[in-house]
Amino acid sequence: MPTFVYMTRCDGCGYCVDICPSDIMHIDKTYRRAYNIEPNMCWECFSCVKACPHDAIDVRGYADFAPLGSSVRVKRDEEKGTIAWRVKFRDGREKNFLSPITTKPWGKHIPKLAEVPAPSKEMRDSELLFNEPKYIRLDDGDLYSLEAAGLKLKEGVYY
Amino acid sequence: MAYETVVEDNIDILVCGAGLGGTGAAFEARYWGQDKKIVIAEKANIDRSGAVAQGLYAINCYMGTRWGENNPEDHVRYARIDLMGMVREDLLFDMARHVDSAVHQFEEWGLPLMRDPKTGGYQREGRWQIMIHGESYKPIVAEAAKKSADKVFNRICVTHLLMDESKENRVAGAVGFNVRTGNYHVFKSKAVIVAAGGASMIFKPRSVGEGAGRVWYAPWSSGSAYGLLIDAGAKMTQMENRIVLARFKDGYGPVGAYFLHLKTRTQNCNGEEYESKWWPQLQEMVGKEYLDPEVSHATHRPIPTCLRNHAFINEVNAGRGPIHMITMEAFQDPHLEEVGWENFLGMTVGQAVLWAATDVDPKNENPELTTSEPYVMGSHATGCGAWCSGPEDISPPEYFWGYNRMTSVEGLFGAGDAVGGTPHAFSSGSFTEGRLAAKAACKYIDDGKAKGIRVSDKQIEDLKAKIYKPMEHYKIYRNEVVAGSVNPNFINPRQGLDRLQKLMDEYCGGVTVSYMTNEKLLNIGLKKMKVLEEDLEKLAAEDFHELLRAWELRHRVLTSESVFQHTLFRKETRWPGYYYRGDVMKLDDENWHVLTVSRRDPKTGEYTMEKAPCYHLVGTDE
Repeated sequence: MPTFVYMTRCDGCGYCVDICPSDIMHIDKTYRRAYNIEPNMCWECFSCVKACPHDAIDVRGYADFAPLGSSVRVKRDEEKGTIAWRVKFRDGREKNFLSPITTKPWGKHIPKLAEVPAPSKEMRDSELLFNEPKYIRLDDGDLYSLEAAGLKLKEGVYY
Repeated sequence: MAYETVVEDNIDILVCGAGLGGTGAAFEARYWGQDKKIVIAEKANIDRSGAVAQGLYAINCYMGTRWGENNPEDHVRYARIDLMGMVREDLLFDMARHVDSAVHQFEEWGLPLMRDPKTGGYQREGRWQIMIHGESYKPIVAEAAKKSADKVFNRICVTHLLMDESKENRVAGAVGFNVRTGNYHVFKSKAVIVAAGGASMIFKPRSVGEGAGRVWYAPWSSGSAYGLLIDAGAKMTQMENRIVLARFKDGYGPVGAYFLHLKTRTQNCNGEEYESKWWPQLQEMVGKEYLDPEVSHATHRPIPTCLRNHAFINEVNAGRGPIHMITMEAFQDPHLEEVGWENFLGMTVGQAVLWAATDVDPKNENPELTTSEPYVMGSHATGCGAWCSGPEDISPPEYFWGYNRMTSVEGLFGAGDAVGGTPHAFSSGSFTEGRLAAKAACKYIDDGKAKGIRVSDKQIEDLKAKIYKPMEHYKIYRNEVVAGSVNPNFINPRQGLDRLQKLMDEYCGGVTVSYMTNEKLLNIGLKKMKVLEEDLEKLAAEDFHELLRAWELRHRVLTSESVFQHTLFRKETRWPGYYYRGDVMKLDDENWHVLTVSRRDPKTGEYTMEKAPCYHLVGTDE
């Protein structure tokens, strides 16, 4: 279901142009508003719909298999950390859904690795990644290895 | 040419493509290279790029070793049987032993992982899958990448890798253009991690017209992971191992949660279970070793996905379609019904819209399933990609050449779809592979392996001319005709893509031929590919957007040629249900229990194929 843009709601801000993964939301040169330039390269991912500050973008089911008359609307709220969906069927029935999108204030709990203590030489020479092995195991054990598992790699036909 | 050249010099680590693999690489690189210059080049916007742009409702690769659920070797054995033996078990073990640490970090960063109300642990969907509210999965990991990277270049379509001129077979950076400004961008870098996408849309899709974008894998997954690497002369592996997905019809909504969590099942048009009746015939094709329903039932060893596809395809061809998913039972439970809908809204909104548009409420009717057109990729349930080195402590000599996840080109690393032989990595495993590649790339630089790299102005100028040629071509010839897209001197990117999809479909085992091909068909297809490549020299682009499509097409064509070569080389039918070699309809362990490895000579375009040994994890006493 490719996206389309309502003429009276769009103010040409370009948020959709900036976010579209497929590079198909462009600003029309005459109307100075956004539109979908290549509907058959649209994945209906809703990135532009979620990004639009004016609710100006909607989707209409792909013409080759989706009948007219239904709608799926979405409101994503980073402040509240939620996403709300309203699914309206062709016959008028409605379903509503609300889900969390994050459990923490946006971006605050991601470490800046330039500022954490640098890895030791021993760690560099090991197979460990940042924060391992403590992010893998609860005991004091090391990273898993073939040796510890009593395994080896052997050529041949095994199932 | 009036296109401005923008040079970014002295980069240590360049990440090309920042989906889950690329964001993992950029994030981790900062830890091992705190003083290094880390740069991301991405053709879209990293907040919503890659296959996870619209979100995910599950993390499909989580061991739970912390909780005693699975060990890395369990996952290796699972991937091995699902892919009929053809995997890189060193790379898989390595990914599996690290993947949990990525997932635990995601939770710390704010990704909502669902909890099992009974146990308090993560909500399992299946043995390997945990359920998440992942609408913002991509923006969250993008935030992590931005915190680590020195610079993020959004909207740069990377078209080629730069090669060192002082040492053969060593990478030196990449070039591309800005799809907004049209500027030419040169990235000179000591190491490059290619984390671009696999290939959708190389086979003709089932949908037509507007719906052509409603593909299973993202339409922006343009095979650039392979196009960039093949063009640089990197060796590829298992490129024949395309995947066909059984999904909800038309919308291609995912079925994982339905099968595993909602416990739904499938039936034919008569309401019958149909899979088991195809097993005896199929057992003759592949051998009891690969298909033993009794063992599978007793030990939870899965029946390989391709074989279940085979039953589906044959049942439909026998006239007993459509195949339905039995949702009416599970959906009577309001909680499960909510899970079913949110599953789509969280990762394939289009399926929800289609059901709304067609008044399908799975509580009241059982929706239809279909098998998709084939896809070539390396992070979901198949393992196409580059032939990469494994880790030092695991890999046998044939699989190890110095640095983890380094391709056969020095300094050139892969992650996610780019790495071959590592299926079932999914989002978390791709992120993990990015981290592994980043650590190894830092080590490569610290070991002094990137010293003395030289890139001449000539190489840079030659590539510039190549990149903009479709726009020049358009300017020269457009006025020869009155108007319209029909021109005797050029084709546009869409016309080229249509031709590619048609010939891949008909000669390489697409959906209209029930996934069937043979040596004759493949050879005809390859001839047509050569002619298509000649016509690509006459590709025309009207603007920068079309130029983007032109280079995506070029990457898709390079990918497709490799798929042809690999499919031709492997003289057996290893994965019935993904594709069939009609001239060799049996699995042949005696000759083909091997990995296929190819190299395309960048100068001549000639292919050389070889077999590489397939190592398996066994007990130390075996």
